Amino acid sequence: MTSAISQAKLWYWQRISAMVLALCVLGHLAVIIYAVRGGLSAAEILGRTQGNWLLGGFYGLFVLACAVHVPLGLTTIAAEWLGWRGRSADVAAALVSGLIAIMGWRAIYGLIA
Amino acid sequence: MSTNLEVKVWRGREQGGFTSYKVPRRDSQTVLDVVTYIQRQLDPTLSYRFACRVGMCGSCAMTVNGVARWTCRTSVAKVAVDGKLEIAPLANLPVIKDLTTDMVEFFDKWAQAKGQFKGRHSRHDDFARVEPTSRERIAANAGIECIGCGICYASCDIVTWRPNFLGPAALNRAWTLANDVRDTRWVERLRAVAGDAGCHSCHTQGSCSERCPKRIEPTAGIAGLKRLVAKSAIRGEL
Repeated sequence: MTSAISQAKLWYWQRISAMVLALCVLGHLAVIIYAVRGGLSAAEILGRTQGNWLLGGFYGLFVLACAVHVPLGLTTIAAEWLGWRGRSADVAAALVSGLIAIMGWRAIYGLIA
Repeated sequence: MSTNLEVKVWRGREQGGFTSYKVPRRDSQTVLDVVTYIQRQLDPTLSYRFACRVGMCGSCAMTVNGVARWTCRTSVAKVAVDGKLEIAPLANLPVIKDLTTDMVEFFDKWAQAKGQFKGRHSRHDDFARVEPTSRERIAANAGIECIGCGICYASCDIVTWRPNFLGPAALNRAWTLANDVRDTRWVERLRAVAGDAGCHSCHTQGSCSERCPKRIEPTAGIAGLKRLVAKSAIRGEL
């Protein structure tokens, strides 16, 4: 596999994750509209989310799509606007990806478990 | 109509500056007429490039009031603002002198994108029969009138940001050949145009399609290449 083909594969991953994100954002908007009806107290939110693994799965997928999509976009911005390319940029993007995934999933776990 | 045009022309190489000239305004005057008047009547040291003067050869493209245009087919009446013109060399290409750019890299990228046709038949075989209404023929037709003027290349932000990006013209050429059913270098070409130097860097901003004097839409061809690469990758051909 040439590097051009792996770059192309990453590009398709970014597009696929964008499609997932588009659906997740719509779902998230629906959740927001639904959630605010009962107020936004911690007790109300936790009462709705704790043990709701379906909600956890939905937001887990949302976080995964972010963790795939964001670093790929950032490497493009870094390359085109800052001229920052190569291994160091890839490593930085991978760190951002890991950070998004860990923080996102940790927050979901806090709400669901 | 004012009797004189106030024309600023880039003089120098990468470093240089604009020099002002007064050029008599004429009916049906093109920007190339203006540049030619300056060189013939005012300053013979001005360097610029042209050949056919009728929009066929792609030699005379320049930046006119900030926009890349074919100067032989650009009417002064259309582009002059308050009787003023600013004429510079094409962007994204090294300047040799004044309005003349070095097109070597531009055309080398056509070769990198496997822009050469290679068929499987020899002169001893019968003519290939390509149905004029076939999807491939229609797609190729949309891109084959490119005159290689470099206007799309000069208008492309991605070329500015990624100097190794093949650019709209080379990718448009690759797209026409990818739709040429006689061509044999399909997979090799898709490999050449995939990735960050190729079609996947295009942000679909469409400046190339907006500026192309031949009304070609390289953006559409580049999107087509992305689809072809995806299909070929799924089939395991790449």
